Amino acid sequence: MFKDIFRKTKYVTIKSGQMQNRTPSEVSMQGEVVGISKKELPDGLWVKCPKCGEVLFNKDIEENARVCTTCEHHFRISANARLALLVDENSFEEWDAELTTLDSLEFPGYEEKLIEAQEKSGMTEGILTGRARIEDIPFVVAINEASFMMGSMGSVVGEKIARAIERAIELRLPVVIFSTSGGARMQEGILSLYQMAKTSAALGKLAENRLLYISVLTDPTFGGVTASYASLGDIMISEPNALIGFTGPRVIKQTMRQELPKGAQTAEFNQEHGLIDLIVARTQMRSVLARLLRYHQEGAQYGATV
Amino acid sequence: MAQLFEFEKPIAELVVRIAEIQKFSADKGIDLSQEVATLEKKVALLKKEIYGNLEPWQKVQIARHSERPNFYDYAPLLFEDFTELKGDRLFADDRSVAGGIALFHGIVVTVIAQVKGKDTKENIKRNFGMPHPEGYRKAVRLMDQAEKFGRPILTFIDTPGAACDLGAEERGQGEAIARCLLAMSGYHVPVISTVIGEGGSGGALALGAGNVLLMLENSFYSVIAPESCASILWKDTTKAKEAAAALKFTAQDLLRLGVADELVRESQGGAHNNLNQTADELSQVISKYLIRLRSESPEVLREKRYEKLRTIGFFHETADINLTKDLT
Repeated sequence: MFKDIFRKTKYVTIKSGQMQNRTPSEVSMQGEVVGISKKELPDGLWVKCPKCGEVLFNKDIEENARVCTTCEHHFRISANARLALLVDENSFEEWDAELTTLDSLEFPGYEEKLIEAQEKSGMTEGILTGRARIEDIPFVVAINEASFMMGSMGSVVGEKIARAIERAIELRLPVVIFSTSGGARMQEGILSLYQMAKTSAALGKLAENRLLYISVLTDPTFGGVTASYASLGDIMISEPNALIGFTGPRVIKQTMRQELPKGAQTAEFNQEHGLIDLIVARTQMRSVLARLLRYHQEGAQYGATV
Repeated sequence: MAQLFEFEKPIAELVVRIAEIQKFSADKGIDLSQEVATLEKKVALLKKEIYGNLEPWQKVQIARHSERPNFYDYAPLLFEDFTELKGDRLFADDRSVAGGIALFHGIVVTVIAQVKGKDTKENIKRNFGMPHPEGYRKAVRLMDQAEKFGRPILTFIDTPGAACDLGAEERGQGEAIARCLLAMSGYHVPVISTVIGEGGSGGALALGAGNVLLMLENSFYSVIAPESCASILWKDTTKAKEAAAALKFTAQDLLRLGVADELVRESQGGAHNNLNQTADELSQVISKYLIRLRSESPEVLREKRYEKLRTIGFFHETADINLTKDLT
């Protein structure tokens, strides 16, 4: 009822040209023009879509897997929110939550950054691992947390992934990893870099054991994560419009003085260049994964005639 | 004369002074040999002092020296009959990666190396030693061959990083590097990797996940270039010197962190001062490890390589109460 009164009213869609005529009170802290002063907006009630500019009722977005109800833009979501959307209720068993970071290089500002990341994300490190079920099919899952130092991979993230894969081999379960990451974590230097080798080698063992690995790339996935576990899926999936690449556009521009064409490094660009099998909307992810997992269940005999 | 660094100037000044005294002595017919001998001793001491206490940033400068020996300088000194093989069979031949078959101490080996140029012209040809996906795919093709024919693999790392441009993105740079890492983890033959100059991030690691990692003593191997690190940390690329220290990426640091297995001595002041001497040291160290690894069974070689990678990294096993108390 309340929802119907407030959603999609005329004053919330503003063309950029109208910006100049607005008083400061009409522009929120994030530079979002909302038509009414910030004071009148209860925190978290509204959210503006960065793609289509539509101001949306937060609750509607939540109910739509945090996908814009107007343009289908996929907002970034936390690892826990993704888990809740994905797996059967009460089926998740978390692994290795007790692994925490060691500032072994005594890197400037790292401890402060870690505390800040923990407060921001509510997680101890940048990845969630464990086992769960989708439509009753058991599998091993790992989900990067973007708000934890941009999901970057240090010793803990690498170790948790490697352990999850090794346990998947013991339990003979398939693995699905959702990546969201800026790459290897600078603050752990060479140790972070070698997590790329560690996770890739673990996936080699998984493959040798003929177990399925599905890699789901979400916005954004770059650097050392793209150059290791995220690119080694038997099946490569991405969410629509997610940015995926090796080098970020800003660095390419700085070092090569090369401006990437519009649309470069999107999921669609990557699919066009043969790097991704499927682009799957978040609202469809559960059912698509269920289908793929079912194809690979041991003893599965689809269409068997004998 | 070779490119001279700021920290080498005191040495150079003394050398010039000795030459002046010698000339004066010859011109005037005065015997100053004792003075010369004293100064020469001083030069030797100064060299020991300066080159023995290089800071991380000074090592970066040596590793990036324009006359730093590259793979093609070492190849004729390390190998007999290096036969270069080209192309990835998919797209192109990447000239920042050299690969082929050679004889090393009488053993047939497969060699893969990153190659920087020595001048602008060669650097353009070799993309400044920054491989594109086709370079990594060539490496995997040749390493797969080594596995097929049971040849040990020797890799040589020398790159500022993997190529970062539109073409690299279109052709799947991330996937190409990841395939290198995956492929290398599965081989049953010995894999020895040596950092001979600059080890730049994932682009270097692609050839670095072997049984043994050797590093020339003035080489470095980092998750990120010191300039980029400084730009992220302090928004100031001129603070690369501080970043170089913070990243703990020198050969000595990597030995301490358990990533490198052994360091290879370079000629005094850097490999460019005496290529033959450095190549000789390198040859001996690689040979030592190759003999050791060849005595292992194929399965053990693969398992030990996995174990080595598995143990890299440090973390707490139990949650730190202080850091996590408010998170439930």
